[in-house]
Amino acid sequence: MPGLADIQDDFANALLSTTTPVPSCLKGAAIRRADRRFAVYRNNVAAGLIDAVAARFPVVKRLVGDEFFNAMAHAYVLREPPFSPLLIHYGETFPAFIEEFEAARPLPYLSDVARLELARGRAYHAADAEPLSRPAFAELPKGRIGEYCVTLHPSAEIVTSTYPVLSIWEVNQAGAARPVEHWGAESVLVARPLFEVETRRLPAGTDMFLLALQSGSTIAEAVEAASAASADFSPSDGLAVLIGAQLAIGLSDTN
Amino acid sequence: MSVLSFDTGATIPAGGVGVGFKPEHAPEVFGTDHGLGFFEVHAENYMGDGGPPHRMLAELRALAPLSLHGVALSIGGAAPLDREHLARLKRLIDRYEPALFSEHLAWSTHEGVFLNDLLPVPYTAETLARVCDHIDEVQETLGRTMLLENPSTYVDFESSTMSEVDFLRAVVKRAGCGLLLDVNNVYVSAVNHGTEPMAYLDDFPMEHVGEIHLGGHFEDRDDLDAPLLIDAHGTPVAETVWHLYARTLARIGAIPTLIEWDNDVPSFPVLVAEAARARGLMAAEIKRRGR
Repeated sequence: MPGLADIQDDFANALLSTTTPVPSCLKGAAIRRADRRFAVYRNNVAAGLIDAVAARFPVVKRLVGDEFFNAMAHAYVLREPPFSPLLIHYGETFPAFIEEFEAARPLPYLSDVARLELARGRAYHAADAEPLSRPAFAELPKGRIGEYCVTLHPSAEIVTSTYPVLSIWEVNQAGAARPVEHWGAESVLVARPLFEVETRRLPAGTDMFLLALQSGSTIAEAVEAASAASADFSPSDGLAVLIGAQLAIGLSDTN
Repeated sequence: MSVLSFDTGATIPAGGVGVGFKPEHAPEVFGTDHGLGFFEVHAENYMGDGGPPHRMLAELRALAPLSLHGVALSIGGAAPLDREHLARLKRLIDRYEPALFSEHLAWSTHEGVFLNDLLPVPYTAETLARVCDHIDEVQETLGRTMLLENPSTYVDFESSTMSEVDFLRAVVKRAGCGLLLDVNNVYVSAVNHGTEPMAYLDDFPMEHVGEIHLGGHFEDRDDLDAPLLIDAHGTPVAETVWHLYARTLARIGAIPTLIEWDNDVPSFPVLVAEAARARGLMAAEIKRRGR
């Protein structure tokens, strides 16, 4: 008789393939009495993982429709099944998979929408941290604000796209989809400073400003980096987002 | 470990009836007088770093005792347990102090791939040794007794040498865990394998049961057009299963009972009505015993 490890090898291989025959360790396998029964497991595995992908990418699903999405997600779960039991984190490679998925080529923005949905999911589960109050900035010594480094909330992420990725996401929320009004590149801030995941469109250069802060630059250095990247960057826009979106959880003086 | 220690955190009264917590029911769970004795959550849904899931679980824990139900430890796997996952479980248990912790007699991970289903094991001496080693490790790490749930299965293995009940009895004896008796699973497996559910229950080591699960199934057909029941948790508890539950209570008395409904989740009042029916059957059994 085969041992437990051999049985599970056969079982698992047949689960993740649509062509491998039912494992011979099952009663009735030889006379094909176990086909429908084994198919229950095969369906459970595929459907469960497809559901996990669908839960993270509701707008991608809405954009392509149920049938297309299920076929695309099915191909994905067979090629890249999860290597962790934490399905709340499954699907990190789905945007790259979409880019390579031939049938999705007519929707070139689809993978960026998937990236935005991933960032929202990560923000939802990110560690909690108390945002600094507005007065914390007002109390900084006049003229020295540029010397400070800012610790951003652990949920904060920037998604940049050559497509209007946030507008597409917004017009595909519950209710009837609307057309996107201004078709162009968008940079999006995703963060969950308190309870709700928030998304906002960033003014020119502000994405670079926040990314520089996130990598440890002082405010002055971040302003410089953002101005170099975009002639239209306005430091007051950058600070308004930093404070208005409650992104800062710590300030440290570099001197 | 041979003594059941269910007393970490708040305890669930013997006659307590609970439901699986669904975030969409939060307003009614926290804002209405539903009389539910406890709530059960799937451990893996609360293993993120922070955010709304943890805030809700903390509120739930303040409201009522919790039962933590793991669905991914792969206790029946031939491979060693995922230590990282076990450590996450330990952190969750230390933080929320659930009254009960349960897992399944099943495997779900193979060569690192998480298959996301509760897969069946052959009932052999080799499987028994492996399952007991894994339960020892779980109980040792968590510092508490766990409940092991009987599975619903769709296939049998040629290599099985003992019945499921004999297997579970041996696990309890060697590993010192408790049991979670899923009455719907008993019925689903019995129909699928052409055995007698009443006989299964009459043979079951009821003295080790710490919790009962009740859930819905749907009926399909196999290759020979024989009934094939699928444990789908997407419908009300079947009449036959209510009957088997009453039979179980007649042997066991009052025991914490959970209504499981994970797919096509109904409105909260529908769940509460199922819970009320379980509570009514328990009350009737207590009255019968008092006579």
